[in-house]
Amino acid sequence: MAKRVGMEVAIAVAEAVGQCNIDMAAVYPITPQSHIGEHLSDLVADGRIDAEFITVESEHSAISAVIGASGTGARVYTATSSQGLMLMHEILPIASAMRLPIVMGIANRAVSGPLNILNDHSDTMPQRDSGWISIFVENGQEAIDMTIQSFKIAEHKDVNLPICVNIDGFQLTHMVESVEFPDQEMVNKFLPPREPFATLHPSKPLTMGAFAMADYFTEIMKAKNEALKNSKKVILAVWEEWARMFGRTYKPVEAYKTDGAETLVLTMGSMGETAEMAIDELRAEGLSVGLVKLRLWRPFPFAEIRDVLKNAKKVLVTDRAVSFGGPGGPVFSEIKSALYNERVRPAIYNYIIGLGGRDVPVTDFVSMIKKVVQDAGENADTYEFLGVRE
Amino acid sequence: MTKKDGPTGWREITTGCVVLRPGSASEYHTGSWRAQRPVWNNSKCIKCGICYVFCPEGCVSQTEDGYFKANMDYCKGCGICAHECWPRAIAMVEEG
Repeated sequence: MAKRVGMEVAIAVAEAVGQCNIDMAAVYPITPQSHIGEHLSDLVADGRIDAEFITVESEHSAISAVIGASGTGARVYTATSSQGLMLMHEILPIASAMRLPIVMGIANRAVSGPLNILNDHSDTMPQRDSGWISIFVENGQEAIDMTIQSFKIAEHKDVNLPICVNIDGFQLTHMVESVEFPDQEMVNKFLPPREPFATLHPSKPLTMGAFAMADYFTEIMKAKNEALKNSKKVILAVWEEWARMFGRTYKPVEAYKTDGAETLVLTMGSMGETAEMAIDELRAEGLSVGLVKLRLWRPFPFAEIRDVLKNAKKVLVTDRAVSFGGPGGPVFSEIKSALYNERVRPAIYNYIIGLGGRDVPVTDFVSMIKKVVQDAGENADTYEFLGVRE
Repeated sequence: MTKKDGPTGWREITTGCVVLRPGSASEYHTGSWRAQRPVWNNSKCIKCGICYVFCPEGCVSQTEDGYFKANMDYCKGCGICAHECWPRAIAMVEEG
């Protein structure tokens, strides 16, 4: 029987990893990820799971250690945040080029400077082009479900790619939520042992991570891009299987009250639930508004985005990171690029919100959406920092 | 010199670019990068082996008569052997 408990989300993520029959984890602690690593280390030390936990000296070592272990065929996990993720940056494209199905939890936190430990998406955005599958969770239940799903997606024979599960730091990691853990036997059925395409073993020598010059490099990059694009089919299939087995449905793009809505707001991560409350309020006032929640960041779900936005007159994209000197936030750029070749396009607005942990209450969503609804079009295609003190 | 043309198409790339045949790197003849080659003057050579020790490619070997030679398939012409050879028995000579 599935078990419902009240639990801090970071602890719940570690418990979920503990349900996945991992062989090895290497985690270096960093706020707000630390509770994931600490609790996972407890699970190993207490003998609740049969796995190696390597206490590494840095995040660079953590990701390198899981690459090595994954190369031997092990099922591996790591987690990090902010500066730790930045330190891993050099190794991330190597993990995806080597097609190693590493699962990594990211407790999203603002990148320095100035030093700030609170939540935004400025840590994960610079990793966008590393060739990893990247998903965002909205609440504790999704953090559990998508952590378990990630092993199955990453290890699928048609995928073999690393995957990062973005969990908003503090807003999610440090909240105590009512969550349900799937039954262990069901998880075992859902997630069979890993079948690696190749393993490092002395009895069968092979080379992983070889050198390649201009004669091979372009073809290797093309193959990697195709692999990442193709992973979407498997992601959709795994989410369908999850819905059948566990009753909770996941889609790359989630629509909330979008039917007939003239103005749509788009969120990624934990702010989706706050935005839902604002939509409910505005709908009650008679405004034609709806919400789109982006769950799959890479591979980017172009078709689903075009489909959900096709009848909207205006779209308000929220971003949790800045692309300095760029056209707006990174999510905004992607949505605009998805719509550019459409014959009929909505007017598009961008708000950069919740930087470095700044609270974005329902009232802020309400006023932001109202401003866009009332705009005659003169402010379309612009971006602004929500609530910035001039 | 071995000419490397690469794959005929990206679909040939193995998952993770894994090289399934051990030792295949030896087929990559890096000697083609060379602009200068080391030439030993055995009348000056004292058979100390310092060229063998310092060669970063490991391509210098000792012959039956105790002198040294480089494998030109892999010698990149870096000149470290000539620099380290204190009896100055090795000269770097332009290729071509």
